[in-house]
Amino acid sequence: MNAALDLATDFLGTVVGTVFDVAPIVAILVTFQAVVLRQRPANLRGIVTGFVCVLLGLSLFLIGLEQALFPIGETMARQLTEASVGGLAPEAGVDWRDYALVYVFAAAIGFAATVAEPPLIAVALKAEHVSGGAIGAWGLRIAVAVGVAVGVSLGCFRIVTGTPLPWYIIAAYVVVIAQTFRATKTIVPLAYDCGGVTTSTVTVPVVAALGLGLAASVPGRSPLIDGFGLIAFASVFPIMSVLGYSMTVSWIARRRQAKRSIEDAA
Amino acid sequence: MNAPTAALSRRVLDALRDLAPIIGVIAFFQVVVLQQPFPNFGSVFVGLLCVVAGLALFIQGLESGLFPLGENIAHAFARKGSVTALLAFAFCLGFGTTVAEPALIAIAAEAAEVASEAGAIAADEAARDGYAFSLRMVVALSVGVAIVIGVLRILKGWPIHRLIIGGYVLVTALTAFAPDEIVGVAYDAGGVATSTITVPLVTALGVGLATAIKGRNPMTDGFGLIAFAVLNPMIFVLTFGLIA
Repeated sequence: MNAALDLATDFLGTVVGTVFDVAPIVAILVTFQAVVLRQRPANLRGIVTGFVCVLLGLSLFLIGLEQALFPIGETMARQLTEASVGGLAPEAGVDWRDYALVYVFAAAIGFAATVAEPPLIAVALKAEHVSGGAIGAWGLRIAVAVGVAVGVSLGCFRIVTGTPLPWYIIAAYVVVIAQTFRATKTIVPLAYDCGGVTTSTVTVPVVAALGLGLAASVPGRSPLIDGFGLIAFASVFPIMSVLGYSMTVSWIARRRQAKRSIEDAA
Repeated sequence: MNAPTAALSRRVLDALRDLAPIIGVIAFFQVVVLQQPFPNFGSVFVGLLCVVAGLALFIQGLESGLFPLGENIAHAFARKGSVTALLAFAFCLGFGTTVAEPALIAIAAEAAEVASEAGAIAADEAARDGYAFSLRMVVALSVGVAIVIGVLRILKGWPIHRLIIGGYVLVTALTAFAPDEIVGVAYDAGGVATSTITVPLVTALGVGLATAIKGRNPMTDGFGLIAFAVLNPMIFVLTFGLIA
């Protein structure tokens, strides 16, 4: 009974919080509709119902994450980063291989959190619709999730080794630029967008906890300086993986076609 | 089963599929790797039910509320034909949705602590608060400008890769000169500025504009607004680090 009451209070609190977060957006939308566009949007009732659904849905989603996943995820990030240094003498120095389990966890949690990320679902649905089904929503999300997995894992490696963040990010830019010129033109804007949509409600808290935990437990790292940067990894690598995915798909298609034309000739 | 019930149960099934990986990963590491029991199973279970129901509701609202709204507005602006009004709206949308973003508030506070520890600002509460506030304003401003640039690109049909690659070059150059402690903050600021409600709205706006304007392709011109909203904060925060 008490637990149910707590949950209800939490829920109300989260709804109020979400309403406050959304208030500026609603104010801007209403002002422009009323003052500049001077018209009622078509199907106003549907839009308002939809907005209420979004608010309630987001609140439920956040409260559920707080209740079920974040506490375990954060404790887990702390335990894993601590367990890895367990047997080491403090003056022995840091060997990046001691943290193998952390990289595996980072990749797994990066992948899984991205698949559950609501804004990514939104963009993937839109892309599937706009492309007339040529880009599958599920395929796109998997490609983005693989990118985040690699990115976060590499980001943890960077924290452990203490190598400078710009090297990695600028190297990633070089790869993205090279891919941009090789990839199909239609996928490029979508791929660039995928970098931004992955780092949101689910991914940021889990990944931030991992980064801070790791920077605090690795000798010689400061959580304040080295804890930053994982989000940056998680927003560059999906661009790479989506472009890579698209290039692979068209390469396979081209090869198949080439084979067929050879067979036809023979 | 009637149509709405069928649609809703499909959404719940989709939500279950979307959440299965994260539940699986956490359960696996907890039980197999760390070999610990699940703490208070009851509340975790209730929480998971909330997450599934919440995600299903959110997607439902997305399709019936946010997407149509974004497209409506795009079409209304295209009919009205006032570029100034459209750009003003773009700026407000970017600025207004970013300035109150909780993830940004958190990162700005951390960044202020880093700056005061590095000696860039005085080590007292007022200096830190002031720094965090300016940083938030800089990021919100940069996202507003980003959406304006992105909308201009759709109107003019500029190729996106030139702008983005130009941005990358600028980030690289600024990184070389900016103080070390701001670099991590700047790079992360790009990722946190895009929230769950902004992304669907902005995407629908872009795709709607590209559909409504003659000669634009929704696939090549409609997407890309978010990309600017990621890149621009990095440029602005690095510049802020150089000046402040």
